[in-house]
Amino acid sequence: MAAMTREETEALIQEVLEVYPEKAKKDRAKHLAVNDSSLEKANKCITSNRKSLPGVMTVRGCAYAGSKGVVWGPIKDMIHISHGPVGCGQYSRAGRRNYYVGTTGVNAFGTMNFTSDFKENDIVFGGDKKLSKIMLEIEQLFPLNKGISIQSECPIGLIGDDIEAVAKKAAKETGKPVVPVRCEGFRGVSQSLGHHIANDAIRDWVLENRDGDDSFQTTPYDVAVIGDYNIGGDAWASRTLLEEMGLRVVAQWSGDGTIAEIEKTPKVKLNLIHCYRSMNYIARHMEEKYSIPWIEYNFFGPTKIAESLRKIAALFDDTIKAGAERVIARYTAEYEAVIAKYKPRLEGKRVMLYIGGLRPRHVIGAYEDLGMEVVGTGYEFGHNDDYDRTIKEMGNATLLYDDVTGYEFEEFVKRVQPDLIGSGIKEKYIFQKMGVPFRQMHSWDYSGPYHGYDGFAIFARDMDMTINNPCWKNIKAPWKNQVANDEALKAVA
Amino acid sequence: MALRQCAIYGKGGIGKSTTTQNLVAALAEAGKKVMIVGCDPKADSTRLILHAKAQNSIMQMASDAGSVEDLELEDVLKVGYRDIKCVESGGPEPGVGCAGRGVITAINFLEEEGAYTDDLDFVFYDVLGDVVCGGFAMPIRENKAQEIYIVCSGEMMAMYAANNIAKGIVKYANSGSVRLAGLICNSRQCAREDELIMELAKQMGTTMIHFVPRDNVVQRAEIRRMTVIEYEPEAKQAEEYRVLANKIINNKNFIIPTPITMDELEDLLMEFGVMEEVDESIVGKTAAAEAA
Repeated sequence: MAAMTREETEALIQEVLEVYPEKAKKDRAKHLAVNDSSLEKANKCITSNRKSLPGVMTVRGCAYAGSKGVVWGPIKDMIHISHGPVGCGQYSRAGRRNYYVGTTGVNAFGTMNFTSDFKENDIVFGGDKKLSKIMLEIEQLFPLNKGISIQSECPIGLIGDDIEAVAKKAAKETGKPVVPVRCEGFRGVSQSLGHHIANDAIRDWVLENRDGDDSFQTTPYDVAVIGDYNIGGDAWASRTLLEEMGLRVVAQWSGDGTIAEIEKTPKVKLNLIHCYRSMNYIARHMEEKYSIPWIEYNFFGPTKIAESLRKIAALFDDTIKAGAERVIARYTAEYEAVIAKYKPRLEGKRVMLYIGGLRPRHVIGAYEDLGMEVVGTGYEFGHNDDYDRTIKEMGNATLLYDDVTGYEFEEFVKRVQPDLIGSGIKEKYIFQKMGVPFRQMHSWDYSGPYHGYDGFAIFARDMDMTINNPCWKNIKAPWKNQVANDEALKAVA
Repeated sequence: MALRQCAIYGKGGIGKSTTTQNLVAALAEAGKKVMIVGCDPKADSTRLILHAKAQNSIMQMASDAGSVEDLELEDVLKVGYRDIKCVESGGPEPGVGCAGRGVITAINFLEEEGAYTDDLDFVFYDVLGDVVCGGFAMPIRENKAQEIYIVCSGEMMAMYAANNIAKGIVKYANSGSVRLAGLICNSRQCAREDELIMELAKQMGTTMIHFVPRDNVVQRAEIRRMTVIEYEPEAKQAEEYRVLANKIINNKNFIIPTPITMDELEDLLMEFGVMEEVDESIVGKTAAAEAA
């Protein structure tokens, strides 16, 4: 299907909005836009980070998910207590595929669920005593833990447990960091506030731990990788490139990360931000307090990788600049072979995305490297600054949809008729049943890594095996059936 | 006779627990089968009936036993003066946890364990101060208390609280069958107190069901952890509680209240001289500003 014009896309949005009652229509209209890449600021065309409407089947998460699931959870040598009833911890355990090196249950705890398992009694009488006891038991059972974080579930904010006092007392007893995080799920409009709260907790309870301690031997090439959660090994595929160009990666936030790395981050020369949405807060804080500059980078696809490597290198001396060129040269043959193999199979394919964090804009370059086009994208919990960055990456007259509703997404897909959808597990089966090839782009559909040159090869293979999978011949998209029907009718006439 | 469930609300310290227990003792004396459910973390709603300091509460015992599912009804239900059944919901120390949830848990427990037996004529819920949250509204939700009595006095804040409680009742009355059944004036010996409360009751659409005068015999009995009915049955005050009990037995005046506005309440208080007319010109002025 040919690209839609601005007028067609605008008409589509109006048509989709038509089914809503007046109030909902007015609200949702602000979250749907036709991209205009000439705009400087996205707030001219789209509104974001607002409360979802009831009944629209939003796929957003909560503040607890943002803190425990995203920011804190991957810090592997700490134990993260899900403080409250059992479900929040159990259903956020190991689901995000944050890979780590270590022996689970001994010196790494990433896939385990620690919870205070609240019962009626704990609600009525408060959970402080139980929390203290859990920390004592953790020290006895898992003595190699390097610290504890307390991830508040909803009831904690309602009954007013003093988790800060418990944390201070426990930290004194163990000599390890104990961090209370007020990330009760009901706070804010999405998981986004949870990221912010988690960043603030790191700022207030961890980051200053090694201020005035110069025992860590620094180099002029120290950097921290921030906002890479090592999903399917992403951070590892990124880290090798940085190290090959001569930088020293002191810390990974927070995929395969440790509390010690986080404590050492104020010593680095530059903070490298991959997921801006979830970690920009702490980068800004370190810039203010420790005068550490930060830049955003993008390791999806060879074009963006080369751009990013050069952008990073520009902030260092000639050795690093030469290092960046060396890395790019070294992998050129490799990624060119990937493109040579897959581009002919993927050229011209059109993609619609709906994801969280950084991906709705960051993966566009990787698709373009394969000759594909992203014709619609949107964020679950993005803010205006995310859309500012997105309008430049997307083609003119493409669709932007913020906190898209189940209905809108389905209707857009029916009309835009993409060759591939990249979104989450809740969307996956709906679209597959509609006969549209689908990749789960939160956890890479149990694949990955997708970052770096290594990741690009896997990314290209995955997109090919999804789009060109023979199974689609056996399940036709409804509109394709319609075309077939029309043709059949014509032939009869 | 069908079981009648009644909840007693009122400003903190107004004498809800004392009034409830004396009233219940009078009902028991009149041959009624009664249960008291204390809905206050302080757990002092049954001490005069049980001659106890404080009854072991459902939530405290649940906490000791591990969970509320580990409790049996006979663990928490005590029988006192004239076979009055007594339970206390209990709850946390001030400043921790959620007392409201304690009330919800305790009442659910009583229902599930079959504490509301067919032979009961009355259940009285003695509820802490004000309807501060959903938990303390539990006794007046669907299938619980249908009659609410508000204990008040001629003091401004007691009347203010009574009016606020009536606002809470309206919410549940509109969605269920709970009704305001009257104001009980527990006298603080203010001037024209009876007339004042009668007028307030009238404006709220209800009646002052009884005026309980102040009498030191109540305190003398309390020191002995007894009701007046039991301690000194022939006392004049005991007769007052009997009259109150009788009025409640025969009460049919159950209404959806019409709480009055703050202005109306102030007008009423000014009419009875409880409150001076507000001079609007001095509102928000400091002493220094006034002197200038």
